[in-house]
Amino acid sequence: MEIKKTVKNLLGITLGMFAFAFVLVPLYDVFCEITGLNGKVTGPSFLSEESQAITEQRELLVQFMTHNNESMPWEFDSERSQMRVMTGNQYEAMFVFHNKTSKPMVGQVIPSVSPGRGAEYFHKTECFCFEQQLLAAGERIELPVKFIVDPALPKEIGSLSLGYTLFDITDRIEITKDLAKL
Amino acid sequence: MSTVVETRDHDGHHGPAKGFTRWLFTTNHKDIGTLYLWMSFIMLFVGGAMAMVIRAELFQPGLQIVQPEFFNQMTTNHGLIMVFGVIMPAFVGFANWMIPMQIGAPDMALPRLNNLSFWLLPMAFGILVSTLFMPEGGPNFGWTFYAPLSTTYAPSTVNFFIFSVHVMGISSILGSINIITTILNMRAPGMTLMKMPLFVWGWLITAYLLIAVMPVLAGVVTMMLMDINFGTSFFNAAGGGDPVLFQHVFWFFGHPEVYIMILPAFGIVSHIIETFSRKPIFGYSSMVYAMASIAILSFVVWAHHMFTVGMPLAGELFFMYATMLIAIPTGVKVFNWVATMFRGSLTFETPMLFSIGFVTLFTIGGFSGLMLAIVPADFQYHDTYFVVAHFHYVLVPGSLFALMAGAYFWLPKWTGNMYDETLGKLHFWLTFISVNITFFPMHFVGLAGMPRRYPDYALQFADFNAMISVGAFMFGITQLLFLFIVIKTIRGGKKATPEVWEGAGDLGLEWTLSSPPPHHSFTVQPQVK
Repeated sequence: MEIKKTVKNLLGITLGMFAFAFVLVPLYDVFCEITGLNGKVTGPSFLSEESQAITEQRELLVQFMTHNNESMPWEFDSERSQMRVMTGNQYEAMFVFHNKTSKPMVGQVIPSVSPGRGAEYFHKTECFCFEQQLLAAGERIELPVKFIVDPALPKEIGSLSLGYTLFDITDRIEITKDLAKL
Repeated sequence: MSTVVETRDHDGHHGPAKGFTRWLFTTNHKDIGTLYLWMSFIMLFVGGAMAMVIRAELFQPGLQIVQPEFFNQMTTNHGLIMVFGVIMPAFVGFANWMIPMQIGAPDMALPRLNNLSFWLLPMAFGILVSTLFMPEGGPNFGWTFYAPLSTTYAPSTVNFFIFSVHVMGISSILGSINIITTILNMRAPGMTLMKMPLFVWGWLITAYLLIAVMPVLAGVVTMMLMDINFGTSFFNAAGGGDPVLFQHVFWFFGHPEVYIMILPAFGIVSHIIETFSRKPIFGYSSMVYAMASIAILSFVVWAHHMFTVGMPLAGELFFMYATMLIAIPTGVKVFNWVATMFRGSLTFETPMLFSIGFVTLFTIGGFSGLMLAIVPADFQYHDTYFVVAHFHYVLVPGSLFALMAGAYFWLPKWTGNMYDETLGKLHFWLTFISVNITFFPMHFVGLAGMPRRYPDYALQFADFNAMISVGAFMFGITQLLFLFIVIKTIRGGKKATPEVWEGAGDLGLEWTLSSPPPHHSFTVQPQVK
């Protein structure tokens, strides 16, 4: 019957569009990676062969910014606010985490590079943002970021800013544990 | 028992049942249309009362009447109710009443589903409004419910809000499936797609938009639900998500939603203008193509709502030009309406007055939309009262005027009685004047930098805000007159002819039926030339 066929098709579109809403989530990530939108650092942790072949080096400024997301009581800072670096060389920057509260907490750092177009040329070989930090009450630690700026970085980018935002995810970890128990 | 039933005559058996069950169990397209229209009329006063609270608070600078927390709940619920509880169901009510009558069908294709689509709505709005009486209060994050305001920082009643959106979404989707199925399968012989009345065309396109984007809205609130209750991080940066993603998914729904609220209005206004100009609409096929182009373009302009969140320049330019492109099909429509009136034998009954009001004031709303589409200018206009002025100009003298025009236009057909023309005209002029007093000064305070969604403002905005509030109270009270006129028409009045309006008989199948029409609109399909 014609009517049944129409209804089936329309229900199909409905279900397809519901699924599409969820497909938008990975699509958005892919889109951000391609365009460097939001400064998501997506470059691999090593230099590509083409980049290694570039022998010409240049100097540029890398700045570090640390933020605490609201209500995150830790002290979080970089040892130096900026460094002059040469493209193609590996550098290390140290960051301080200090849990000033009297209870153990879990923190997670979310990075962002600006300008966004520079994000894919910023290669991190080691970063505390790859994992979560569990700090006991009053504990203070220093953690490094090791990075290489790609020699293929476009000429018009004269400096890169590395922004780190520290989130308190203690509650979220507990929710996950509770869910795991179920 | 069965013999008793069989001896009854056919019409008596199928006539409306008596009492409350007539409305609860009805599968008749006219009864369901009436239910939709009354529900949206009631919600108009509920959402309107919230607007009155907002305007009372903003009458003077400083905090006088309500607390900021409650003010936020008022702006949020005013928006949600007006969009999902007034404009959308009212157009569905018109669709239920008019589509079978305009395409020569006896009823909708799926009558029981039709009943379900309606009765889901009072449930959805019952859930939503009940949150206002809960200790934590109702949703307070704006009708656009941006994350993290609606996730991390939301009151726990946000879960009621999410389920309410789910239920109203299901209702809209089921209603749209019904409408498309009816239009595609039940047209009278001879009525090809390009001979369909423009209201039917408007609704066919709208229904497709609805089934394309309501599931996306369901998806986005589902993601919120999971973020809030199940520890996911779709919109939470701490867990690797992104609040900006919320805005993209929301506006992917939100922009087509804007056209869902205006395309049926285009249809209604086209019918009224051709009737009172006494000549067929100018450029029928360009009207259809214009509506289709607007609908298609609506899927590629969503990010113009979020120019200020940070986008690559190429993105800003793309969304700016795509948005401006919509002005072309819209301009075609306005041109065609004016060309229809040009050298027509015009008369100015109430529906025509509202339609002319629609064309002029909707165009003003369209122009401020063009201003907002300009990226560098938008950085100044963003989240100011200029935006509030813009979308109220397209929704109140736009969609709402079209609804009122349509109500006056078809009330004689629905009830069999003519409405009171003097009162109708009084209603129009009071509405037209007060709507402009209310919304026009919002452009000025917006350009001067007054931000939206705050319970207080800087002293320099005081005079215009007092003026806006006076206009809003006038507008609110005037709508009680509308309610009175509608009830008066239902209860009696001069009997309407089947044609109702001079010469309307040639302009649509609905005018070939008696006024009021029989219980099953067309038991024999008419032949369309």
